[in-house]
Amino acid sequence: MIQLTNIHKSYTTGNNSLHVLKGITLKIEQGEFVSIMGSSGSGKSTLLNILGILDSYDEGEYFLDNAYIRNQTETKAAALRNRYIGFVFQSFNLISFKNAMENVALPLYYQDVPRKKRNRIAMEYLERMGLQEWAEYMPNELSGGQKQRIAIARAIISKPRVILADEPTGALDTATSYEVMQLIKEINAEGITVILVTHENDIAHMTKRIIRLRDGQIESEVLNGKPPIIN
Amino acid sequence: MFDRDKWQEIFSTIKKNKLRTFLTGFSVAWGIFMLIILLGSGKGLQNGVSKEFASSATNTIWVWSGQTSLPYKGMKPGRNIQLENKDYEEVKASVRGIDKSSSRYNIWGNNTLSYKKQNGSFNIRNVYPDYADIEKLIIVKGRFINQPDIEHFRKTTTISTQVEEALFKGEDPMGKYINVNGVPFKVVGLFTDDDSRDENMRTIYLPISTAQRVFSGDNRINTIAITVGDASVTESKEIEKEVRARLATLHKFDPSDPRAIFIWNSLEEFQKFMRLFASIQMFIWVIGFGTIIAGIVGVSNIMMIVVKDRTKEIGIRKAMGATPFSIVSLILQEAVLITSFAGYIGLVLGVVVLETVGSNIESQFFSQPSVDLRIALYALLLLVLSGALAGFIPARKAAAIKPIEALRDE
Repeated sequence: MIQLTNIHKSYTTGNNSLHVLKGITLKIEQGEFVSIMGSSGSGKSTLLNILGILDSYDEGEYFLDNAYIRNQTETKAAALRNRYIGFVFQSFNLISFKNAMENVALPLYYQDVPRKKRNRIAMEYLERMGLQEWAEYMPNELSGGQKQRIAIARAIISKPRVILADEPTGALDTATSYEVMQLIKEINAEGITVILVTHENDIAHMTKRIIRLRDGQIESEVLNGKPPIIN
Repeated sequence: MFDRDKWQEIFSTIKKNKLRTFLTGFSVAWGIFMLIILLGSGKGLQNGVSKEFASSATNTIWVWSGQTSLPYKGMKPGRNIQLENKDYEEVKASVRGIDKSSSRYNIWGNNTLSYKKQNGSFNIRNVYPDYADIEKLIIVKGRFINQPDIEHFRKTTTISTQVEEALFKGEDPMGKYINVNGVPFKVVGLFTDDDSRDENMRTIYLPISTAQRVFSGDNRINTIAITVGDASVTESKEIEKEVRARLATLHKFDPSDPRAIFIWNSLEEFQKFMRLFASIQMFIWVIGFGTIIAGIVGVSNIMMIVVKDRTKEIGIRKAMGATPFSIVSLILQEAVLITSFAGYIGLVLGVVVLETVGSNIESQFFSQPSVDLRIALYALLLLVLSGALAGFIPARKAAAIKPIEALRDE
């Protein structure tokens, strides 16, 4: 599903160049449940952004579902994101002036699904999240857990192959975090690949594979709490 | 482009961002409103002054005599030139292009007009029938001096409504005799002149032939007035030159002498006024243009803020699969919709204000303000386009930045 070979990425600010990713090689199969861990500055968010075609990389190769992802136009990238990837963000990133249902339906708008149909589908997904009564509420009227569940519904409505979650529980309390993780687990059980970035050990241990980054390189990989395997 | 779903998306965005919509719309509506008021006022000013001119023929040449200032054929300067009947006859007969013409003989000094016990001091102008057309007098009752009056030396007079009021005190003046410096003249007509000059209303007209005989004017005249029909300024200047040359021959003065006779060409004056108008008009356009520029800057500013404000939203949309084109067109269509709608409101408001307030202001130099709607629509189009352009640049920039950067924007 995902094949990264020797990915490098550096950011240039003024005269300073910051080498964030220093050769990441990684293979993730369809249906895997992976967490990426690492201290702040280890490059875990950058890696996730590259995986999500939200950011470009300098060196190496990235194949997503056997398609070579490199320097594609924004229009092409948009189509790939829409078809393959669902995003869940730490800060939810719901559109503030749209209600819950409209937020969930947004990816379908970019698939040219008619309004009525996409709202109906959005309602189905909200029901699945147990939020059907909140469909007309605006994001600022909802709790963090509710917002994240809406964001998850939005991420899966386009039936993506991969869900990328950037600290999905980072803004939530423990109980809510576990609820959200339970949802993500269920999604993974349906065969969707889930990759999440976290710095919380308990969250990471709910996944089936833990990749630890340190200074832009993979430090270790743990498979379901078992000893690391080397690619 | 005219995707219904997209419009619904735009309408829902507008509905939920009322302040932003209002601010964008306001600058456009205000710009158009001011432009309408400005153009309308300019038109009102022009109408007012044009009306002022309408009360006197705009194609008249007035000639009156002076004193020579240049030596000519051995004669010293300083000779008085006295115009006479034969000058008028000669000019009328020989100069081509003359439409209406009249000479005028003024009786200076205090002229006492009296009727029964009422009396007053007024101007006496002695003229030919054509004079009524030259001065654009409005005959409200009876008639003006006519040709038989001239030929038969009749003692008739056409008086102004002001003279009527002063002498007759409500009595019907028609057919009554008034005393003009002791000589009775029969009132045959009443006139008014909507010229603003009081002078023209404190006047009675007598047949020139009668007056010259009765008031011992001999064959002297003071003024020759001719109209030149629909001649152009050049043609009118040509006629003016010919008149001067003819009189120079008759009175033996240098045709280039500026003080021997004086000529006032109203067509030329009218053209001067028209040029003044053109300048005023241009001035108004400059201000109008300034207003539009201010509107454009306002719209541009707000559009930039709007795009900045929406950066995060753009990032989210891009993560959800929005193409740069869809982002740009979403923002632009919204901008165009708001600016054209607001511009329309400004247009309507401006016209309403012009019609209600403007039409109640009626003064000497201001009348019937109106606006050329086509120009207003062009201005609106310009504002809409510039608003779109102003939105387009930042929108394209925002759509081009990586979604990750847009998402990071707080």
